[in-house]
Amino acid sequence: MYQYDKYDQAMVDARVAEFRDQVRRRLDGSLSEDQFKHLRLKNGLYLQLHAYMLRVAIPYGTLSSKQMHMLAHIARTYDKGYGHFTTRQNIQYNWINLEQTPDILADLATVEMHAIQTSGNCIRNISSDHFAGAAADEIADPRPWAELLRQWSTFHPEFQLLPRKFKIAVIASATDRAAMRLHDIGIELVNNADGVLGAKFFVGGGMGRTPMIAPCIREFVPAEELISYSEACLRVYNRYGRRDNKYKARIKILVHEIGADEYRRQVEEEFAHMKTLGLIPPVAELERISAFFTDPAFEQGLSDDIDRSDPDFAVWVDQNTHKHKTPGYVSVTISLKPEGGIPGDATAEQIDLMADLAERYAFDELRVTHTQNIVLAHVRKADLYAIWQQLDAAGLATANLDLISDMIACPGLDYCSLANARSIPVAQKISQRFADTGRQRDLGELKLKISGCINACGHHHAGHIGILGVDKKGVENFQLLLGGSAAEDVSIAKIVGPGFDEDGIVNAVETVTNVYLGAREQGERFVDTYRRIGMEPFKEALYG
Amino acid sequence: MAEPQIIYRDEPAVTDTPVALTDFASGSNAAAVRIEPGEDARALLPHLSQIKLVEIAFPAFGDGRGFSSAQILREAGYVGELRATGDVLVDQFVFLRRCGFDSFAPNSPLNEDDVKAAMSFFPDFYQKTSDGVAAIWAQRHPVAS
Amino acid sequence: MKILTGNDLKTGDVVWWAGDTRWSRHLADAVDAGAEAEAILKREEAALRVNVPYIVDGKQTDQGPMPLHIKERVRAFGPTVRPDLAINTSIPILKT
Repeated sequence: MYQYDKYDQAMVDARVAEFRDQVRRRLDGSLSEDQFKHLRLKNGLYLQLHAYMLRVAIPYGTLSSKQMHMLAHIARTYDKGYGHFTTRQNIQYNWINLEQTPDILADLATVEMHAIQTSGNCIRNISSDHFAGAAADEIADPRPWAELLRQWSTFHPEFQLLPRKFKIAVIASATDRAAMRLHDIGIELVNNADGVLGAKFFVGGGMGRTPMIAPCIREFVPAEELISYSEACLRVYNRYGRRDNKYKARIKILVHEIGADEYRRQVEEEFAHMKTLGLIPPVAELERISAFFTDPAFEQGLSDDIDRSDPDFAVWVDQNTHKHKTPGYVSVTISLKPEGGIPGDATAEQIDLMADLAERYAFDELRVTHTQNIVLAHVRKADLYAIWQQLDAAGLATANLDLISDMIACPGLDYCSLANARSIPVAQKISQRFADTGRQRDLGELKLKISGCINACGHHHAGHIGILGVDKKGVENFQLLLGGSAAEDVSIAKIVGPGFDEDGIVNAVETVTNVYLGAREQGERFVDTYRRIGMEPFKEALYG
Repeated sequence: MAEPQIIYRDEPAVTDTPVALTDFASGSNAAAVRIEPGEDARALLPHLSQIKLVEIAFPAFGDGRGFSSAQILREAGYVGELRATGDVLVDQFVFLRRCGFDSFAPNSPLNEDDVKAAMSFFPDFYQKTSDGVAAIWAQRHPVAS
Repeated sequence: MKILTGNDLKTGDVVWWAGDTRWSRHLADAVDAGAEAEAILKREEAALRVNVPYIVDGKQTDQGPMPLHIKERVRAFGPTVRPDLAINTSIPILKT
């Protein structure tokens, strides 16, 4: 894992002092809420329905046990004993007191954490593959590149007031576990014909009101030019992204309106100029960072055998573990989607337990996934049973990874001031309806994603089944979408037809899964069947 | 023209009234020019040798295009006065300085203690910009001379 | 009725105007601001007690003053999925 040096530490310490001063100025009235709003957002502090909400950055979703314990400490000390892991691999707290915020940030800074640029019209947390450094299918660990981008984007003076927020994801395998092409910039590390590692740039993806899949803007950017090229992409956006309409201000609209070719031309022109300026960190800096991400001391020659005599354990192993690059090891996903639970929520005690497990069994490292789960990336297969038993005792052993109840849901109208409808109750009812593990496993991989408003924080456009909550004359109403994907088979879901009430949408989800069960061919997932047979049979079953 | 409240230059503020950037297309010989957010700062590059003052307008603090305009001018070697005018707030001050602004004419005067405080929080920065301050990566990897 | 609400500047708590300079976490204490609503807002914003107070439409019901919009009722109740954290537990979320 990356460790701060004196420069990194000074940066977060300075931000704590600066924010303390900004809070002071707000409380004594020298800043109006209008002025303060943009300052607090730059530090991840929102005013939500019930209280202030603080979003803490977890760079590329990786954190240590010590950092995880700190997240539990904050939940316990400053909040109501829980936190919510988000689709951008961050955590947010729902019950924050403005006066205490500087102290929370000071506590975070002691473990090399912060809330810098977790909101506002700037470059947000850089996200990545939650199996980075562990996956058998990656060509390199993407996190050093993400860390380089994190440093470059932190307080970048030119890009603090972009037309709109800006999200970057970096992956390094053909399998996309980070919704890479639905980001403002998606970067895939690739080897060129000479076997040299570089970055393939996709620009202009996103969800929100106008979902778009990012087109490839450049096939190969060499490591030493990563920052120059990123800077060129951002400058073109900062200068020419729309500022007349908040809803058309994301880079996807710019790329769409001028076309990928014209955007590429402008970036290339700017890139040629950037290269003359010497703005870039030397390759030695990427090497310095990479040294923090070398493999932990894996034991060699471990057995791949797992004692599967406990049937519940065996199901969990089949469902919630992922192939590791090293024999005898595996990556474990801890589901934060228990039956009837709140997707992504974890109590301080659960957070502490996961930190303890990571310390004891997983080289002191955890990951947050964009699907709101937690990963122990490097676990000995021999330790799986002990881990499972402890998770099970804490309600953390739900064996549902990638199944219908492993859904993404935004906080919705229960917490969020932008929401039109409550997403969590819908998530809870669906997870109860499909609680039977055998039934879920029979349905197979099924990505269900629920947003409580058109801003799409719950990724409904990218769900095999998506649900969008809307306000229909003051009443919550839910639209059903089908056919989306955030993975390498990326696609945008389509609305089926008129919406449903809360119970109606749960029934509708069951109806479309039944259509799938009746129509599927050997080996087809829900989304494969949908793509083959189209919308009509589903529509027919729903609306007759 | 807005009188600067704060200036970081040895010479006094330029007192010429800036002309609009569009006037340069028609062959103005003015030495002071004003750039609005939607205008292309690069249109000024052929005329830099005659310019003593560039005023960059921030009609609303949330519009960050002026930061890129400033960077473009400094990257092209412009050394004259670069003035931020309009809705210029203390919390943008550091970023404006880093993008090359050395003169500030905010609509509402800034509290100079707040400016001092704002300028003192951060000892170093990750990026290299036209302000010439060594980026953190450069300090981590000093080039042997 | 006109109900004034906002979040406490320091704590972020949802609060309801309860007459004069008083703000309460309990919706039952809310007082109809009537024609004075705008003036009270201005005064209270300046007093730095409540962050961006605003006016919501409500009516008197058997359960006391009640905002018409579901969003405000959720604010008054707390997250409906965490009744253990609720403040004003008697509030019907879906209809008045």
